Amino acid sequence: MIAWDPNMEMMPEAGLKKLQFRLLKTLVYRLYSFSNFYHERMVQHGVHPDDITSLDDLRRLPFMYKTDLRDGYPDKIFTAEQDELVRYHVSSGTTGKPTVVGYTKHDLDTWTESLARALTSCGLGRGDVVQVSYGYGLFTGGLGLHYGAERIGASVVPTSVGNTERQIELMQDLLVTAICCTPSYLMHIGDAAKKMGVSIRDDTHLRAAILGAEPWSEQMRTRIEDEMGIRAYNIYGTSELSGPMFCECTEQNGIHMWSDICLVEILDPETDEPVPEGEKGEMVVTILQKEALPIIRYRTGDITSLDTSPCPCGRTHPRIARLAGRVDDMLIIRGINVFPSQVEHALLGIPAVSGHFMIEVSRRGALDDMLVRVELNPEAFSDKINDLMAIRGMVAHTLKNALNVSVDVEIAEPGSLPRFEGKAKRVIDRREY
Amino acid sequence: MDPRAYTIKQISVFSENKPGRLMAIAGALEEESINILAFSIAEANGFGVVRALVDKPEAAYKKLNAMGFMVSFTDVIAVKMRDVPGGLFEMAKLLSDAGINIEYSYAYSGREAAVLILRVDQVENAVKSIIFRGGNLLKSADLSGSP
Ligand SMILES: [Zn+2]
Repeated sequence: MIAWDPNMEMMPEAGLKKLQFRLLKTLVYRLYSFSNFYHERMVQHGVHPDDITSLDDLRRLPFMYKTDLRDGYPDKIFTAEQDELVRYHVSSGTTGKPTVVGYTKHDLDTWTESLARALTSCGLGRGDVVQVSYGYGLFTGGLGLHYGAERIGASVVPTSVGNTERQIELMQDLLVTAICCTPSYLMHIGDAAKKMGVSIRDDTHLRAAILGAEPWSEQMRTRIEDEMGIRAYNIYGTSELSGPMFCECTEQNGIHMWSDICLVEILDPETDEPVPEGEKGEMVVTILQKEALPIIRYRTGDITSLDTSPCPCGRTHPRIARLAGRVDDMLIIRGINVFPSQVEHALLGIPAVSGHFMIEVSRRGALDDMLVRVELNPEAFSDKINDLMAIRGMVAHTLKNALNVSVDVEIAEPGSLPRFEGKAKRVIDRREY
Repeated sequence: MDPRAYTIKQISVFSENKPGRLMAIAGALEEESINILAFSIAEANGFGVVRALVDKPEAAYKKLNAMGFMVSFTDVIAVKMRDVPGGLFEMAKLLSDAGINIEYSYAYSGREAAVLILRVDQVENAVKSIIFRGGNLLKSADLSGSP
């Protein structure tokens, strides 16, 4: 099958815009009338539903933040009665209270439909055996993918996370063709299979992996695809938006964001102004069809860029790039937004240095100084100081091209920089404000 | 003449310009009873390369490597200078006549004469050319710890 819903997925842009405007207008009127939270926000912000006369007027509406959802615990922002809700998911709060998301029957249907399109777009369908190795339960990954895969007629193996050896046995015995999990769990499965003497490439039918729920890189994709002989697809979604919802098509060049389901803005997180298309900024999402927990201009904190050019797959819906980091990680160096992930990405392309690095920011007079310390790869070591200076110069040059800001580079001994388990803290900011 | 007999193994160690790194290197070699015969540090902004001629290069490599230092062997040659006025000029002229391209050099005072350590790009050609012109090169055996 080419597309799950070809009429919608390949609708010309003008038609999609018209549809989005109609959905937005309806949403805003509904929330102004029925949601205390949104009504108050709109009044405070001096905007009335009548002011929304074009899609661009979206920008007149107030933002919604993660803290709003937390403050609304458990169901203060819901615009559906309890007896209309058919499910709850709860996202674990790393700081403070968790966030509860309620779903009406229609909400679940929209979510599942979004995934049916997404999974079809990466080549899955009836006849596929899909192993769902995301956690089932309060987390949205397991159940979300479960119903999405069922809807396209695939046979679902709901393994959830853990008991890896058994997962590998089932993968072989049930002729699993696709797996949905986090990239790190798939790598773990790969290692465990090796220990069992099983080659994912030769001894299983696996041909696709739908990976998400944690940051990963193109380098990881290449490694997974080469090692396992499969195609690895990037999936996006957070529980606030319903769960994992959007996925790359077989082009593997950006994630289609269904325009009839959401409106995507990419803003400069400092000025809140839209960035030119293709440039990185914070993704702000409005979900156009959501009943229980409406989401308007939600600051996702995720950094990405938008591509509205036609996709070779034929779908007309815009695509977002692989997430480049979180707004919280963003540094502003001499007025330019810099993400540690950009530094990491640039360094990965230089064989002479390792992926271990630290960023130190300080201020000299009125100017910001950014220093990147990176470990030299032992193979690149030379007794000639000029060779080492050339490596340092090349690293500085590559970083300047990648970041648009000049940085100092220090070459460090292998093993001398801190190693991190879990979330890396690679930035030391010594500036005082 | 086998030019390899005149090829001397220098150990080169990468070091950040941090207090204590040099002491750590020297201390480790002393612990292993390794004699340092010649020694130089090349510094750039933030890092440096320590170069040393030692009597037991393999042992030094092993020890420093185990300590986490980035170490490599570099082939160098050692030319004896006549310890008379004009000795250095004589040497410089010889090297220039021989057309030898020197990457870097450093000197030490040997038992009978001052010795110039040279890192050149083509070691075997340089050895032949210096000996052909009457230069006096140390053999690696002259430096080794064995009597
Ligand atoms: Zn596409």
